[in-house]
Amino acid sequence: MNTLWFILVTILFIGFFTLEGFDYGVGILLPFLGKKDVERRIIINTIGPFWDSNQVWMITAGGAIFASFPQVYATLFSGAYLALILMLVGLILRGVSFEFRSRSDSSRWRNTWDWLLFLGSLIPAVLWGAVVGNLMRGLAIDDKMTYWGGLLPLLNPFALLAGVTFVALFAMYGANLLILRTTGQVEKRAKALAPRLWLVATVLTVILVIWTFLATDILTKPGINGLIPAILAAISLLLVGLFQRQGRYGWALVCSALTFVLATVMVFAGLYPRILISTLNPDYSLTIYNAASSPYTLRVMTIVAVIFVPVVLAYLFWTYKTFSKRIGEKDLGY
Amino acid sequence: METVALARWQFAITTIYHWFFVPLTLGLSLLIAILETRYVRSGDERFKRLARFLGPILMINFAMGVVTGIVQEFHFGLNWSEYSRFMGDIFGAPLAIEALLAFYLESTFLGVWFFGWDKLSKKAHLVTAWLFALGSNISAYWILTANSFMQHPRGFQMEGGRALMADFFALITNPNIFYQFTHVLTAGIALAGFVVLAFSAWRLLRGQEADLFRVAFRWAAVYALIGSLLVGVIGHFQGQFLMKAQPLKMAAAEALWETGQPAAFPIIAFPNQQTRSNGLEIRIPALVSFLAYNDFTARVEGINDLEKQAIAHYGPGNYIPPVALNFWSFRLMFGAGLLMVLLAILAVASRQPERRPGLLKVLLWAPILPYLSSTAGWIMAETGRWPWIVFGLLKIEDAISPNVPAGSIAFSLAILTVLYLVLAIIALKLALRQGTQGSAAEPAVEAY
Repeated sequence: MNTLWFILVTILFIGFFTLEGFDYGVGILLPFLGKKDVERRIIINTIGPFWDSNQVWMITAGGAIFASFPQVYATLFSGAYLALILMLVGLILRGVSFEFRSRSDSSRWRNTWDWLLFLGSLIPAVLWGAVVGNLMRGLAIDDKMTYWGGLLPLLNPFALLAGVTFVALFAMYGANLLILRTTGQVEKRAKALAPRLWLVATVLTVILVIWTFLATDILTKPGINGLIPAILAAISLLLVGLFQRQGRYGWALVCSALTFVLATVMVFAGLYPRILISTLNPDYSLTIYNAASSPYTLRVMTIVAVIFVPVVLAYLFWTYKTFSKRIGEKDLGY
Repeated sequence: METVALARWQFAITTIYHWFFVPLTLGLSLLIAILETRYVRSGDERFKRLARFLGPILMINFAMGVVTGIVQEFHFGLNWSEYSRFMGDIFGAPLAIEALLAFYLESTFLGVWFFGWDKLSKKAHLVTAWLFALGSNISAYWILTANSFMQHPRGFQMEGGRALMADFFALITNPNIFYQFTHVLTAGIALAGFVVLAFSAWRLLRGQEADLFRVAFRWAAVYALIGSLLVGVIGHFQGQFLMKAQPLKMAAAEALWETGQPAAFPIIAFPNQQTRSNGLEIRIPALVSFLAYNDFTARVEGINDLEKQAIAHYGPGNYIPPVALNFWSFRLMFGAGLLMVLLAILAVASRQPERRPGLLKVLLWAPILPYLSSTAGWIMAETGRWPWIVFGLLKIEDAISPNVPAGSIAFSLAILTVLYLVLAIIALKLALRQGTQGSAAEPAVEAY
């Protein structure tokens, strides 16, 4: 049961990174690929009907951790307090920017919200990278499951590199999406930028993976570890570049998504059965056993999940089908 | 202690701010679904125009609710980690179920509804309106399940210093939810009714699209009346329930220091927590007895006696909630509620609202009443539970994150408060512009 919930949480994070990932990427690229207002609106409208439900993956992942591993929720959120407050500020800015920017014709108004949308996508992207970096590396958690270190130890070089790498990967992913979902100038610019983003993302990822190999046990620990998914993720990332070169952008997008799926699997497989690694003493780590809810709660939650997850997936799929067309200038009306 | 005070302020500000947006989403989503149903059934284009007119207002409001809701969800771990450890087994489940059952539903179908006018058939589009309304109101049910446990713990057992879920069914059928959910639902209906009334009044005063907004006025007036009446009636029974479940909260809300048989109802009082007495009281004899027990001669226990019982039961400590705050919140809540009923009756009764500019001008400002009323209601619900964060099980001071220093909370409190203020002003301005400018037939705005 505990393993099942670990897998479910992993799936929620896979959903979050592979769906919200392109939203962050599109947000980060917005000011660079959209020069005129109409181009920026096209860019925003590619994710218009989706970004909010994609964000729900994160909220559900948070809720699922709270329900199944409440100790993890308590330790992580109180420990990374300032970083998470910063992420919340970013998410607030992003969420309102979508709503606010087109409600006035003033170009200064729109420009302001476009840059806030950029910031609101960039900040969570960096911080999610840093969070994942610190999860792999471990935190100074004491015997009472509490992390006292504050913000500075979280900003170590390894975590920062992970943050930058995430930004590059999200941006590459977003560019791939824009190539498929837009027409005209935006499509052209995205096509020009995508290979360069791929190169940057690939170089950063390689460095990060080597460092992960040397500095953590994610790829090397005996039993289940992240090595095989890491290799598959690397292949998938290389294929993105290959497909881009051949102009097969649909496949490039699929492989970008796959890279996120596999990278998420890599991290969680490498952690298992731990969730929060203690660097002070391996026995202080929070695992799927000592951090979990009671068997009764896990059973109740399993029943709920088994019934409703398929329903949710079905209507999400339907939404994507309904809004799958390319967006050009004529599609911007309300 | 400084940390606890700062964390409480941060939670209070975040919650009140979140609640500034939520009830409008609850009530307006239902109203829009009703209007669109009317359009699909009768083919009357005016109802479609009204539904589309209200769409952008709903979108702005919903976005604000979402971004403040994320802060809300994170807060339990950020500032209240010991609470999360103590309660996680019970509290996390409704939150996760809320996300799974409600958040996906509402966020997906609001997007489809808003962007799908030309992409879906009439009927399919109507279904998305109802799914959104359903999603937002289901979400209220689950979050109130979580809150109801804090007010009135049910279906649990204590083990190793933590509260564990023992009976899921008892958790979700907590008697407290029945009152709280219906109270919140009808509060949202009343609030949405008054908001739409205000926009209609604005248009009618200026003679803009009078044929359209006469219809809006009429429907919103009935909607506001139903909401205002029901929220009051349910509130009354909720009060009777709380008399038994949380007697100290109710005694504080009535500023009733001494046990009375019968107990008088103070319309105005200035409670003093130090001297345990009220300055300048205006009272109606025996009314609290009647309100609480339907009996003008019933005995109602006062704060002093209830405190003795609490000490006998839970051990030494201070168990008296902030009396003046609860007393005035309670009065603000039902005082504004009574005015709402009165205004809604006047609105329903006016067959030709354009001929009543006086009433229309009052209605322009009337949405302030339901906002004040429902905010005051939550202030009473949450501060009246003091000193408990989970009633009878965990005190507020024991729930705080031990590892978050006061400086960090002060910093985040400052940032969030400023951000909230700025965004609230912008959202209000945008919603007002949406409702008052441009033609409702051809919305002035673009999708994104």
